[in-house]
This record gives sequence, C-alpha cells and structure tokens, in this order.
Amino acid sequence: MAIDTHKCVGCSDCVVACQTENNVPHGYCRDWIVEYVDGTYPSLDMRFQSERCNHCDNAPCVRCCPTGASHIVEGGIVLVTHDKCIGCGACIESCPYDARYPHPDGYVDKCTFCVQRVEKGQNPACVDVCPTHCLHFGDLDDPNSDVSLALKDRSWKVLAPEAGTKPQLYFLT
Amino acid sequence: MKEELFVSGRNIPNIDPYLNIWHWQIPFYLFLGGLAAGIIFFAAYFVVSGKEKEMPATVKWAPIIASIVLVIGLIALFSDLKHKLYFWQLYTIIRPTSPMSWGAWTLMAITPLSIVWVASYMKEMFPKWDWKFGFLNHFEAFVIKYRIPFSWIMMYLAIILGVYTGILLSAFNARPLWNTSILGPLFLVSGFSTGLAATMWISNNEHERKVLSRIDIVFILIELFLIIHLFMGFMAGTAVKTEAFQLFLGGEFTISFWVFVVLLGLVFPATLETLELWGYHVPKWIPPLLILFGGLIFRFVMVEAGQITRFLY
Repeated sequence: MAIDTHKCVGCSDCVVACQTENNVPHGYCRDWIVEYVDGTYPSLDMRFQSERCNHCDNAPCVRCCPTGASHIVEGGIVLVTHDKCIGCGACIESCPYDARYPHPDGYVDKCTFCVQRVEKGQNPACVDVCPTHCLHFGDLDDPNSDVSLALKDRSWKVLAPEAGTKPQLYFLT
Repeated sequence: MKEELFVSGRNIPNIDPYLNIWHWQIPFYLFLGGLAAGIIFFAAYFVVSGKEKEMPATVKWAPIIASIVLVIGLIALFSDLKHKLYFWQLYTIIRPTSPMSWGAWTLMAITPLSIVWVASYMKEMFPKWDWKFGFLNHFEAFVIKYRIPFSWIMMYLAIILGVYTGILLSAFNARPLWNTSILGPLFLVSGFSTGLAATMWISNNEHERKVLSRIDIVFILIELFLIIHLFMGFMAGTAVKTEAFQLFLGGEFTISFWVFVVLLGLVFPATLETLELWGYHVPKWIPPLLILFGGLIFRFVMVEAGQITRFLY
C-alpha cells in the first residue's frame, strides 16, 4: 500500500471505515493518523500519515510468535489465526510500529488489509473511503497496479527501515 | 530552532502513550526462572564434581525451592496470557525462531525433571519416606543409578533456562533497551547469583556457605562487569539505543537501577560477603536478601523500562 502524504488531510475517514468494516472494539483502532510537523517557524512543513500495520516482508511478529498464529499468507498480508493465538503479547512487543493491540476477546489483532474484501477483488475499506484518494493498494509485483503506478514517479519513504523489517507500506513524500 | 513534532489521536489502552503489555507477571517469572536455573545448575554441578556429600543444602534441599518456584512461575505466566483457553497451542509446534517457544519447551522439560531430582533425594532428606508403590521405588533406583548423566542434562537445561530469559527480551529489536545480546548472559549470571544466594540462606553448613560465598562473589563481579559492558554498549550504539539508555542516565529509572539493582543488589552484598570471608561477623540473611531483592528489581526495571523505549516517535 502507498499513502500520499501530500494529499492526506487527516480526516480520519480511514480510521472510522476500518472500525466499521472490521468490528473493531470501541477505543481501539487498526489504523491511525499521525500529524507530522517539522522545520523552523515560519517555514514549517506539515504532513499527515495514515499509518497501520506495515505487513512487513521480514515481519518480527511472525518470527517471534511461539505458536505460529502470526503468519504471512500468499501475497504478503500478515494475519493472525485467532484459534492459535495464546495472547502472550510477544508480537506486540516485537512490532517497531506498535501496530498490534490485544483484542478484548483475548487474541491479538491488527490491520488485515481487509483480507475478506481483498479475496473478493475489492480494496481495503480505508482505500475505498478516502475522500482525497491518497491511499493506493494493489500488487507490488504487477507494474500496472494502482500502487505500482503511484510509486513509479514519486519519491517515497518507509517507516523505520533500520529496524530491518522490510515494511510494505510506502509513504509518498 | 528546528523541531519535529508528532501528534496522533490514537489512544489504545496499554499501547499509548507507552507500551505496557507485560505487567508484573513477566518480570516475576523471569526472576523465578533465573533463581531456579541457578539452584538447579549448582545442584547438578556439585553432583558431577563429586562434592555431593559436602554440599547438602545445595544438592538436596535447595532444589525443593527450585521446583516450587518453577511451578509458581508457570502459574504467573499462564495468568498473564490473554487467550488462556488456547495455551495448549504452545505445545503443538516448536518454532526455533521464537525464544518464547524455546522457553515453553524448556520449562516443559525442566519442571518435571526438577521434581524428579527432589524425589530422588527424598529418602536422604526424610529417612522415614516411603513411596508405597513398587514402580516408584524402581524409578527412584533408576534415577539414583544414572545420577551423573541426569546431572549433566540438568546443567544444560538450567543454562538454557537462565539464558533464554535474557534472549527472549533481546530478540525484540523493536524495544531498543532490550535489543542487546548481552542481556542473555547478564540474566544467566544474575540468575546463578540469586540461586547461590537462596542456597546460602537455607544452608546450615559453615563449609558449604563459605564455598558458595566465594563462587557468589565471583558471579557478582562478572555481573557488574557485564553491566558496565551493557552501559558501554548502549552509549556506543545507534541513536535509538543511546536515547533508550537515557532512562537510566537521568530518566525515570536512574535511581531504581543504580541504587537498588547495582548498589544494594550487587556491590553492597559482594562487599558484605567479602568481609564475612575475612572474618567479620555479618548476619547470614543480609547478603542473600539483598541479592534476591536486586535480582527481582532488575527484572522489573528492565521489563518496564524496555516497553517504554521505541523506534518511532
């Protein structure tokens, strides 16, 4: 997924859509907005980042899960099998992006890229609902997909690349 | 002045503003695990080196503490799980990349084996003990016959138990304060030192306490060296590491770490034990109590401080 930080206005529609689509419990969120301001007044630069689980290629949460509940499916989405999760919290401790949270039902939960929608060929809820169309989702290996086209001509960054996680969430800068 | 400002409305319980997923059960278990590892290692070591008769408390009585403490630790760990009904999934798979998986299996091995160790000495500790079942008497005879190989296995398991508690934390590279490979050996040495302290406390044998005291001083000195090493490693580390270590250099955990863990938990008892070896009279419960206290506070401080440190924001 690619997020255009110049187009994001921080409206939090993506947050609400995700909570609605995935029955996220009240008080929890699978994605969130970070407002980033830097510079010296008066020349300040502000960006909005809509953050979520980065579905890393080298996911530390998958590596440290003792039961294999946390796993990567074909296509690269990192998921949690609720019946295998014992709620030990190791994955929460191991995520440099603090993307996971303990669901009140006991298992650990996080953004799933709306896998139930992706399986039907749709986009995740946050992508579809964004009013500025700043979220781009798709197959990074397909040069004609929405996300590949978005990444082609723009400079981008990932969060905490030094953590070695190979995150798959790209922020267009 | 050039500044960077991050603002977010996210407020997930136990995740924001600082991560606090692991509560008291985890550092409590880490302490008990280290204590058990120390007791079991030295019990097995003195059997293998043939000094079993001179070290009665180390070899026979202290492992009772180890068994009880392992069971309490397991109960603490179980109570920390958030999806308790599925805890058995831990034992359906071995995942070599997950230190938590190693720990689950090591505990599964060492807890019953430590109970077997204690059982094999029951007749020596309580002469009137009777197993009442024939197969238990046979099993006891089998264990006594193969005590040396059993002791070697226990020594290895004790080392794995002691060191994995540190490796478990150091494998989480998302928490910069934990992500140092020295944490494994540090927790191992700390565990050994607490095990020796507990054994010294319950021992009535003057010669035994002298031997344990000498070994304990060496281990405390090694632990102090490793803490200096830890300190230097953090100061020479990347920005997230030096930032993380500020918690101990003027941050909220400065006093807890340097006063309670280093001074009261290591330097002071080592000094008292040395004075005792030189002939001064020191009440025998003070150094062990301080060492155990220091070990416990060390783990509480590391787990709590580590969860506060982070990569981003």
